[in-house]
Amino acid sequence: MISASGLTKVYGGKTAVDHADFTVRPGVVTGFLGPNGAGKSTAMRLILGLDRATSGSVTVNGRLYRDLPAPLREVGALLEAKAWHGGRSAYNHLRFLARTNGIPNRRVREVLDIVGLHDVAAKRARGYSLGMGQRLGIAAALLGDPAILMFDEPVNGLDPEGILWIRRLMQSLAAEGRTVFVSSHLMSEMALTAGHLIVIGRGRILADTPMADFIPASHVRVRSPDLAALGRAVAAENWRARTAEEALLVYGATPADVGDLAYRHGIRIHELSPVHPSLEEAFMRLTADSVEFHGGG
Amino acid sequence: MVLRKATFAGAVAGEWIKIWTVRSTLWTMFSTVVVTVGLSSLLALAYTLSYDRLGFRARLAFDPVAYGLAGLNFGVITLGVLGVLAVSTEFSSGLMRTSLSAVPRRSRLLAAKAVVLAVIALAVGLISSFAAFFASQAIFSMRRLGVGIGDPEVLRAVTGGGLYLTLIALISLGAGAIVRHTAGAITSVLGVLFVAPIFGVFLPEDWGRTVQKFLPPAAGSAILTTRETPVTLPPWQGFGVFAGYTALVLLVAFVLFRRRDV
Repeated sequence: MISASGLTKVYGGKTAVDHADFTVRPGVVTGFLGPNGAGKSTAMRLILGLDRATSGSVTVNGRLYRDLPAPLREVGALLEAKAWHGGRSAYNHLRFLARTNGIPNRRVREVLDIVGLHDVAAKRARGYSLGMGQRLGIAAALLGDPAILMFDEPVNGLDPEGILWIRRLMQSLAAEGRTVFVSSHLMSEMALTAGHLIVIGRGRILADTPMADFIPASHVRVRSPDLAALGRAVAAENWRARTAEEALLVYGATPADVGDLAYRHGIRIHELSPVHPSLEEAFMRLTADSVEFHGGG
Repeated sequence: MVLRKATFAGAVAGEWIKIWTVRSTLWTMFSTVVVTVGLSSLLALAYTLSYDRLGFRARLAFDPVAYGLAGLNFGVITLGVLGVLAVSTEFSSGLMRTSLSAVPRRSRLLAAKAVVLAVIALAVGLISSFAAFFASQAIFSMRRLGVGIGDPEVLRAVTGGGLYLTLIALISLGAGAIVRHTAGAITSVLGVLFVAPIFGVFLPEDWGRTVQKFLPPAAGSAILTTRETPVTLPPWQGFGVFAGYTALVLLVAFVLFRRRDV
């Protein structure tokens, strides 16, 4: 469990994280979503104590990260694509990390197998592809078999096969009851992996909610010259509905249900379409004011 | 799995693995020995061959130990580079973030680095110093100019050579942690050690000479001498001054390393 309270980081007058309160819980993949520059990476560095909070605090299992007796056994973090020395092999990189936290050497072999780097483990890391580098970072995160895992933009630069692999890995880690905290600016990726969402924009936490609550429910959009009559018919069926821009949005019914209903009441219909709101739309509505840079045009 | 704690010993063991698993370590160690022994031998050879043409004063100033260890001044460069690289490459590669997630106590990590570096630099420094001594004395002996390791002050000077190079590596580690860029840190270390003495030369006679004695390279290399000279402090006094500089740089390094974001 990761808990931040009033977490604030100011870099030279610019507030990167602004009084953030959030909790990351076990057993579910928690997505950390926000536009580039929103403060995701800074928040993750604050969790690990790599950056010092200007005010407020963040704890891991109730302690500051630096006070954990064996940090790699409690938290595994993939911070960025490259956090290793190119002159060292994957095997030696993991071996020194294991040694610092009293992790047995056989665990190094295990994680190399898990991430599929076994064959290149003896080669110097500077020759690795982006995907291999990412796998090395994940191997390091898994090394201490930690109950908490953090991944900062894990799918960046990966090929489809690698993306699928990471997605499955994160879900299986969460299914094992671990805390999985993953940041991304890619909404489609989040929609596929995360069960819980923490949305950040300009350093502020904008939402902290289950994914299902964040995305509005699917509904039917229907237009008719006799909207009032249609509204009464829908209400009589006990379907939830609201009007929006000359149309009626009907919840809890399929387009066929609504079409049949209109037919029975002899109401003409000009449009009848299913609407599946996406995470993108929900996100855009929420962060419309908090995007750091808007594209031109 | 038993929850074993991350300890200082673990941090040292990790740093030990780390420093041996990049090629630059072996290369700098190898070149330190080659450069110090090679240059000491060449300088000894040059002195021995030109001995007949030297005047009385030059012969009087001859310190067979200090002359024989002159090559150590070049080992300063290679061990300085080793010390800087031990920390600066972690910043340039991004490895520092990984290292600090494994060892989040900053002072513990830097102290572990210092311990490992000191052990390696001391071993390489002693090997270089003793090898340079025996090689140069063998050459001086062609003209009966050499001294033995058992002669007064000699063992102190030769051992001191190893200690001096160890301090060089540590002060460079401090510079690397402060500057955090390889090129910048190496430039500042070599600048202070090789360029600063030039300013002493331009200061007025009396106190220019005094200042010069207290400048890092002169103070540090005083330990290599076995004769009193007007341009250096007494051996241990000079070494103490240089150890003070090293301690100061390391202190600043620790304070900054604890405070700064990575």
